[in-house]
Amino acid sequence: MLNISTKTPTGGFSFENTRRNAVLEANLSEKGYSAPNARKTGTTIAGLIFKDGVILGADTRATDDMVVADKNCMKIHYISLSETFFTLPGVAADADVTTQMMSSNVELHSLSTGRPPLVAMVTRQLKQMLFRYQGHIGSSLIVGGVDVNGPQLYSIYPHGSYDKLPFLTMGSGAASAISVFEDRYKPNMELEEAKQLVRDAITAGIFCDLGSGSNVDLCVITDKTVDYLRGYDQPVQKGMRGGTYRYKPGTTAVLTKTVTPLPLDVVDESVQVMDTE
Amino acid sequence: MMMSAQAYGDKGKMKEYHYTGPVEHKFSPYAFNGGTVLAVAGEDFALVASDTRLSEGYSIHSRDSPKCYKLTDTTVIGCSGFHGDCLTLTKIIEARLKMYKHSNNKNMTSGAIAAMLSTILYGRRFFPYYVYNIIGGLDEEGRGAVYSFDPVGSYQRDTYKAGGSASAMLQPLLDNQIGFKNMENVEQVPLSLEKAVQLVKDVFISAAERDVYTGDALKICIITKEGVREEIVPLRKD
Repeated sequence: MLNISTKTPTGGFSFENTRRNAVLEANLSEKGYSAPNARKTGTTIAGLIFKDGVILGADTRATDDMVVADKNCMKIHYISLSETFFTLPGVAADADVTTQMMSSNVELHSLSTGRPPLVAMVTRQLKQMLFRYQGHIGSSLIVGGVDVNGPQLYSIYPHGSYDKLPFLTMGSGAASAISVFEDRYKPNMELEEAKQLVRDAITAGIFCDLGSGSNVDLCVITDKTVDYLRGYDQPVQKGMRGGTYRYKPGTTAVLTKTVTPLPLDVVDESVQVMDTE
Repeated sequence: MMMSAQAYGDKGKMKEYHYTGPVEHKFSPYAFNGGTVLAVAGEDFALVASDTRLSEGYSIHSRDSPKCYKLTDTTVIGCSGFHGDCLTLTKIIEARLKMYKHSNNKNMTSGAIAAMLSTILYGRRFFPYYVYNIIGGLDEEGRGAVYSFDPVGSYQRDTYKAGGSASAMLQPLLDNQIGFKNMENVEQVPLSLEKAVQLVKDVFISAAERDVYTGDALKICIITKEGVREEIVPLRKD
């Protein structure tokens, strides 16, 4: 006999706990404690428009409460075949889901219109989605690309506002990066000079902001090509350890050992090599 | 309709929307300035090491602010936590050392400094010094000694101790490499000075990888019967 659930699943966020959280927060503050805060995650991302297109840059550190969770994560995400890329600080899960959703929507939209996608269209879809979630999706992003209207750069904030500017920075290291841009940005820069400037801005964030670190990733987008330069620069070297910390076999104590033979026949064999780098 | 927790007030009822006027924000007398300290005691030596980064929030105040302070020829203290309290506390300790020297005509021993620090810290039990202290030095017999404290003065003598922001990352590694914990069939040789210094450098290199507050440089104070020697090693600056 089938058990059919009488409650239709509601999508989106569940706000059932907001009342309970409000009471809890009041009780906690009476005793002098505070509820855990949502944390602005560390990152430095930057974008600028140069003579032939757009360059996006990002650092590669992912933090989890002031501990480095990933030393080399990818923050520049690809949206559409021809030109538009994303860079994303904020909550990592939000970033992944937003990227996948955008990628599909852009493809569907451009199939529907019969035209290559516009950067403004990606921006509008993103900002409408973020506004719908009233800031609960904690992603702020930079969208950059080249379309029929030329190179364009937009920044979008979690509540859904956006800016269209020739150069932008976001994340906890934004202040460090924007200072470099404000000093040296010129319109219509050449490719190499522009790459160097973005690299320097991200490097400023890497050194001066605790939430950013490790390497510089760049993405150069022109009307003809997209160049994803992962690990374009490594301004910080990992320290070399002097001692050896290998354990000889037998170092870990074996307390008990139980052997259970499983009577199985080998039907099929396949080998998958592990990436032990 | 989207509802957020801000819509509800104290008792779980909906807040009435009106302007409440100027709001008083609570002032916190403390700040967290990061930093990690470590002390190791050997047969006839002691090491006190700290990183040199001073941070606040997501910013760096200084890349050259060591947290080890030399007290006597046989004792060094490492202080991390709130930098304002670290400075005041070390000034108070140095003054008390002078007073002792003038009254008793001898320098304070490591054990005596530790006991004194405990009373100084407990004196502020109800408005503590936000400092994690670790004293490293030689005892009266010339053997290495480490004394670790909590912010209100509880202390004990250890062989090795890590304190500060990356302490939870360093302490288990030291438990394994110096205390030989969780290892079988290993020759438990006493730690030599060279091995201890190399171990301290390696653990800080690892801590700097994962703790954002630890980095820039490492300062190691090596205390032997010859006196206090310093070694500085660069760490990651990001």
